[in-house]
Amino acid sequence: MAAAKPGAMQNANALKRQQSREQWSLLSLALPALLVIVLVILIPVGWLFYLSFLGGEGQFSLEHYQKMLKYKSYARTFITTFQVSILTTGICILIGYPLAYFLAQLPNRIAGFFMLTVLLPFWTSLLVRTYAWLVLLQRKGILNDFAIQIGLWDSPIKLVHNMTGTLIGMAHIMLPFLVLPLYNAMKKIDRDLMQAASNLGATPSRAFWQIYFPLSMPGMVAGSLIVFVLCLGFYVTPAVLGGGRVIMVATQITAILENQFDWGAASALGVVLLIATVLVLVVASRVFKLDAALFGKGS
Amino acid sequence: MSSDNALPIHIGGLTKKYGDLYALDSVDLDIKSGEFLTLLGPSGSGKTTLLMAIAGFNRPDSGSIRFDNQEMILTPPHRREVGMVFQSYALFPHMSVAENIAFPLKLRKVSAAETNQRVEEALHTVQLDGLGSRNIDQLSGGQRQRVALARAFVFRPRILLMDEPLSALDKKLRERMQIELKQLHRQLGVTTVYVTHDQREALTMSDRIAVINHGRLAQVDTPTSIYNRPANAFVADFIGESTMLPLEHRPDHQLTFGDQFVATVPDDNPDSQWLLVIRPERLLVADDSQGNTAAAITFGGIVKEAVFQGDSAFVLIAIDNADDIAVRFSTGSASAMANLQAGDAIAVGLLKDDIIIIPREAG
Amino acid sequence: MRWWNKPASDTQITHGKRLWLYIVATIIMLLLVIPTFIVIPMSFSNSQYLEFPPEVWSTRWYEEYFGSAKWMRATVVSLKIGVLTMLVATPLGTMAAYALFVSGHRAARAVFVLLITPMIVPVILIAIGTFYAYGRMGLNNTITGLVLAHTALATPLVMIVITAALRSYDLNQERVARSLGATRLQAFFAITLPQIRFSVITCALLSFLTSFDEVIVAIFVSGGTTATLTKHMFSALRDFIDPTIAAISTIMVLVSTVLLLITQRIGANGKTER
Repeated sequence: MAAAKPGAMQNANALKRQQSREQWSLLSLALPALLVIVLVILIPVGWLFYLSFLGGEGQFSLEHYQKMLKYKSYARTFITTFQVSILTTGICILIGYPLAYFLAQLPNRIAGFFMLTVLLPFWTSLLVRTYAWLVLLQRKGILNDFAIQIGLWDSPIKLVHNMTGTLIGMAHIMLPFLVLPLYNAMKKIDRDLMQAASNLGATPSRAFWQIYFPLSMPGMVAGSLIVFVLCLGFYVTPAVLGGGRVIMVATQITAILENQFDWGAASALGVVLLIATVLVLVVASRVFKLDAALFGKGS
Repeated sequence: MSSDNALPIHIGGLTKKYGDLYALDSVDLDIKSGEFLTLLGPSGSGKTTLLMAIAGFNRPDSGSIRFDNQEMILTPPHRREVGMVFQSYALFPHMSVAENIAFPLKLRKVSAAETNQRVEEALHTVQLDGLGSRNIDQLSGGQRQRVALARAFVFRPRILLMDEPLSALDKKLRERMQIELKQLHRQLGVTTVYVTHDQREALTMSDRIAVINHGRLAQVDTPTSIYNRPANAFVADFIGESTMLPLEHRPDHQLTFGDQFVATVPDDNPDSQWLLVIRPERLLVADDSQGNTAAAITFGGIVKEAVFQGDSAFVLIAIDNADDIAVRFSTGSASAMANLQAGDAIAVGLLKDDIIIIPREAG
Repeated sequence: MRWWNKPASDTQITHGKRLWLYIVATIIMLLLVIPTFIVIPMSFSNSQYLEFPPEVWSTRWYEEYFGSAKWMRATVVSLKIGVLTMLVATPLGTMAAYALFVSGHRAARAVFVLLITPMIVPVILIAIGTFYAYGRMGLNNTITGLVLAHTALATPLVMIVITAALRSYDLNQERVARSLGATRLQAFFAITLPQIRFSVITCALLSFLTSFDEVIVAIFVSGGTTATLTKHMFSALRDFIDPTIAAISTIMVLVSTVLLLITQRIGANGKTER
């Protein structure tokens, strides 16, 4: 404890005032950005939240949520949404892990070059890429032509305007979101560890599964989570490549607005989507303790 | 008090709390004009917090910091006119050496001609003539250190603050820079506050040392006094090597070790407890061939361990009813201690002037 | 083939034994890149149908694009909104990232999370939400409305990139500058900004692309004379496949590629200069 000397609290008030003035002036630098977020995100989303609880006569009502439980089409939409999200995430892990591993093993200079193959799609409009897949996968498209030519199948297969096309397109668009954090995590793995393991007599595959793989998990979890959450709310690719056969939540929200102009129903659906997204994030970050992995993503 | 080159600093009641922890606990310290004062303490002792408070980067909760009687505690760093050298040097990598040094002059709108001249002078002072156009990444660690220094004094501040500026250098270079910094201080005459955790560095460089522990000043004094007359166990232990033995406080105000008289203490508190501080190199062999009998106190014991360390030999002596005593003998060819071995019987003693007693703190 | 038997990694596995990895990785990389570039040859086809390789080469669809008032207007709108978003989101995001990074305030983390909510909230929700709210505020079909929405989407990216840049930067440099006589503002502009400038440029380009490529919000909030390029492209894609899109896509791919190469370039420079 400090001995209470005379005048020990000298300047205390002035210092406190100065401290809070400085902190407020610093925080005020974040104010413009905050205002934009409040105006564009918080108010509109809050408004939707409010609308979702309004009945036909403007009274409080749970009818939109009750409808969701009543009609099977809603359940189907949510099942489809989770199906597509889980499958896409799975495909991304299967494809993305070897790729990230390959890139992480390369010397930095060469890796930078090959990394462009991941970054380029990342920077390219997803509309353009969706369009490209539409063209590649169509009945008379390159893929069908090629497969028939080498004898994989005899007559053109329907690859697009269905689940297959949607998954192919989604996986392509989501892959960079998995590979980039995974690559960063792999780069941070201490190379001496692997060397030590092999010096101690571990076979390469044993060293990989017992040391490298567990250490790369944080990156993989973060990447998978980003992919999964983005998939949940995805609109463009399923709408174009699904051809009306893959109805995800976002697609249905748009359909409700376009056909019935029912803001309450659309909002309720949106609110459930948001809650599902936040739940996934919260549960995952609790389970995997990955605040840092998520927020330290970088470009 | 103030001169053209230097300002005195008065620190009063300076307090800074982090949560329940006092980083600075009502610190009072007067730094004289032109003095080289070192803040010495273990990490987390509050020495850097104090330095940053003087510089204006750490805002204390209360207290006063005056430069030559002018209250500065609310003044922002850029108006304190204090030169500062950071541990990491914090040179600006996007500027050349000369641009780094010219930075404070540019801010003060010094003319181009004078800026050039003063940058050249500063480069000369830190022995970096002709390196002004170099990039920072072309410099060695020692050169970077000098640039940081030149940048800190080129605008002629009357106070210079340094936060462990030599800790990133290797031992040899560090020792050379200690001497150079000392010379530079003499040349500039500026009041200098220097932070280090290295007691040797503090003893080498300082006019005075302020030893800090747990946010409080443990002792402020000259290097010799700090070493020869530590005020408490923390200082005795932190600076130099020492063995501390508890003493008996007799009703007649005499302190004794066994039967031997050590010192007399004032009689204000008969229950106070005292320690004898023994510096290893101050111990003499009590009964060698020269018949050295001047020792005021002697300790007889058995050599527990004897280690040859080049310039000296380190010997641990086990004595009855107390901790082992550490002794350091010089290893000249004439030394009688050259062939000591574990198990040998030995007696060592302290001259009267080398007796140090300190109060034993509670706990 | 001596290279074959050389150790390829820290576990001494040989290149030969990992051949499968190289093959798999190559196929994946091709699959990543080909769909991005396939639109280029197709855009030069003369055919109404999308064929590959084109039987007759022509610039027909480029003429179609550049000759169409609708496409041209949409392109100008998209460029305008992209540039405005870049000019607003970059300083706003940088300021906020800096303030939250430097301030040790308890609220800083909460504000940070708040500012990156646009990354968490599904874009479809942002789209219909702004559509509804803008309807009340009279911001639908306006450039302002779209720029605001795109700024909100780009700000989290800017914040994350700038925060990462500040993390690898020694803030003591700013302190030194202040001790040497610079105000906080002077220190930021003279010392900090020049050293994070590559990240700031990257953020600017990212903000531009975020806006230029954005589809969903644009579908709802833009329309009429302020309809964006992506909005027109999306309707064209959903309803019928107009090969003009191949030409537009080619241009968009080229823009992205150039911007990406610029960031890689300055990124490399940034590393050597440090």
